[in-house]
Amino acid sequence: MTDLIDRPQLPGDPPEKALSQAVKSDALWKIRWALFRRSFRGNWKLFRRNRIGIVGLLIIVFWGLMAIMPTIFFATGFWTTSVYDPVTGLERNPPTRTVTLVNEVTDPDSQIDFKGLILDQRLPKDLQLGETFERPLQPAPPDRRHWLGTDPLGRDIMSQLMHGARAAFGLGILAATVTVVIATLVGSIAAYFGGALDAFFMRLADLLIMIPALAVLIVMGAIFKFQLWHLALVIGLLSGFGGVAIVLKSQALAVKVKPFIDAAHVAGGSSAHIIFNHVIPNVVPLSFLYMMFTVTGAIQSEATLSFLGILNVSTSWGLMINLANTQGYLLQGDTYWWLVFPAGLAVTLLAAAFFLVGRAMDEVINPRLRRR
Amino acid sequence: MARYFTRRLAQMVLLFLVFITLTWFLLYALPGDIVAQKFAGNPNLPPEARQIAIARLGLDKPILNQFTDYIGRFFTGDLGYSFNEYPRKVTDIIRERLPRTIVLFMSALITYYWAGFIAGKYLAWRRGKRGEMAITVGGVSLYTVFYPWFALIMIWLFAAKLGWLPINKFLNPSKWRQAPFPANEVVLRLFWTVAISATVLFLIQLAASKLRDINSQRLVRWGGTLLAIGAFFAYWWGVPSGEAMRFYAGDIALHLVLPVGVLTAVNFAGIMLLTRSSMLETMSEDFILTARAKGLPEKMVRDRHAARTALLPVTTSLVLAVATVIDGGIITETVFSWPGMGQLLVGSVLSEDIPVAVASFSFIGILALFGHFAVDMLYGVLDPRIRVSGSN
Repeated sequence: MTDLIDRPQLPGDPPEKALSQAVKSDALWKIRWALFRRSFRGNWKLFRRNRIGIVGLLIIVFWGLMAIMPTIFFATGFWTTSVYDPVTGLERNPPTRTVTLVNEVTDPDSQIDFKGLILDQRLPKDLQLGETFERPLQPAPPDRRHWLGTDPLGRDIMSQLMHGARAAFGLGILAATVTVVIATLVGSIAAYFGGALDAFFMRLADLLIMIPALAVLIVMGAIFKFQLWHLALVIGLLSGFGGVAIVLKSQALAVKVKPFIDAAHVAGGSSAHIIFNHVIPNVVPLSFLYMMFTVTGAIQSEATLSFLGILNVSTSWGLMINLANTQGYLLQGDTYWWLVFPAGLAVTLLAAAFFLVGRAMDEVINPRLRRR
Repeated sequence: MARYFTRRLAQMVLLFLVFITLTWFLLYALPGDIVAQKFAGNPNLPPEARQIAIARLGLDKPILNQFTDYIGRFFTGDLGYSFNEYPRKVTDIIRERLPRTIVLFMSALITYYWAGFIAGKYLAWRRGKRGEMAITVGGVSLYTVFYPWFALIMIWLFAAKLGWLPINKFLNPSKWRQAPFPANEVVLRLFWTVAISATVLFLIQLAASKLRDINSQRLVRWGGTLLAIGAFFAYWWGVPSGEAMRFYAGDIALHLVLPVGVLTAVNFAGIMLLTRSSMLETMSEDFILTARAKGLPEKMVRDRHAARTALLPVTTSLVLAVATVIDGGIITETVFSWPGMGQLLVGSVLSEDIPVAVASFSFIGILALFGHFAVDMLYGVLDPRIRVSGSN
């Protein structure tokens, strides 16, 4: 978008001292840096007007902090790995509840029958009818040691949630980066050269748009035992060569007919020089927008696949819901809320946050949507 | 236009061939000994029986021959036999599953497109007023909600906790023990009555919007709506063939409520946002200014001028949504145990029933292809600019 650079100064913009100084000092990178700062400031002003976008940004920052937390906790010794590790941690002294052995259970909270006693390996086996014992409670409700309680295997939910945030960020950012790099390159090259190259990439994009993404991910995930970064790569490739490439190509086409491209030609710029220095910088703002939407899609795909039990991952929000579901706690949402709600809300919130930021950026980049 | 049409058609055939080739090789490359897995219950399988089983499943030929055979038979409509339910034909299984998927998703599509379009129209018109923020945030959080989780929470709330609706499956077997009809016949009947009354309803709304007088418009709209709904109920309560099936159709309809409701809640926001941004773009066009300058009432400008133009991208997304019904159905059908095509796909992939998996996969591909084709053709018809450039 060229208007990011030659846009007139907004009323609130600070005076252009930096820019004029940079122009005087004649170093190209300084001019570029000053231009970048100016356009960033102007766009940030436009972005800030959109309250919804700010909400999204705050949610992203919140989860970003959550993702950093476990490193700090483990490093300071506030958490120990043996208890708080998201996969192998175990709370050895869970809260207990007094339970009586009876023939017929009328109150499941304080009674247990012989069948229940046999099924649970952790319970003592040499008991008489009517005897009481202290039953360890797992999943345990939140307390001071475990802020969000523990899961059926005695692992800390808060720690899993934080590590899940880390996984979600890693996956989302990797998938989005792959998408944007591929789509920007493919779009610019296809638009610049046209002809057979263009036809090939666009037919490829048609094919990729057509295939049902979720079904393909399920099949491939089941066959190849996907890990997190495999999934991120495949999502990135699918959307990078697919729909996003088409959008960025149409943007690059609009850039290609601008006079400064002709000027660069006349000045003797090579194709590679023109693509990398003139076409791509003008396509990049739009590609950031699709980065946001790709992150939303990637987080949701990952959660869905882990929920179906297809991915080969150790911690993720989808896996937490999968565990709650397969162990039958999901239909007791009111008693075991800490197993059901944190993970589901986390996926929803983070996906929504990236989507909201994307929408707010859309209003910055696409002048037609702006409020007048 | 004709040249464009034939070129797109040729492209489609080529794309489909690429698609099915990739699918076939991907699925037949699944690791593991299929025959051993199918007879896992019998450890003393003699080698001769094993050979017979392999030959029977057609796995003894070289892989390229298997593929060319498959493609040859595919275009004559023979999709082979299922590995898991051996003597059963794949086409037979698909014929059983498809109507259930269609019924579920057509009901959901109609509901959420209608709701989303109306909501988006008002949202764009009331831009910057109170309530916009609330509706947008609510809509977006429903749109990006983690869908399987949300569906399970709804099941917990409405089925397990409140007990208003059945938990899953598409019928209650204990009610069907004495049933004189196969379930699919009832499903199809239900589909046709819903589809016909929905079409009538749509046509009436269309006719009403053509009327100039507000009062007669209102009369036609409400009278027609009552008529269509009345006809629907008259069939199930009045006509003998409908009345005999009503008990069973009611059972299926009751099982439909929760999935359709969840699908609507999750998807309507997407349509709402699409309509909103499309309306906003339309409203900054000159012809809206002209319409206002002529002194037309706001409601007319909104419904007749802005909304109609804004309908174009919404129509596109509707056609594409129809095309990707099965893909979207995977999660819904898995969570609600709805025995349709989506569940069939996941089940067959996970249990390595390869002929069924390839068939349902290529089915999805064909649907998506025709959807994209239909969108292109529709755009050609609806948008004059594309029509002109297409014929040149």
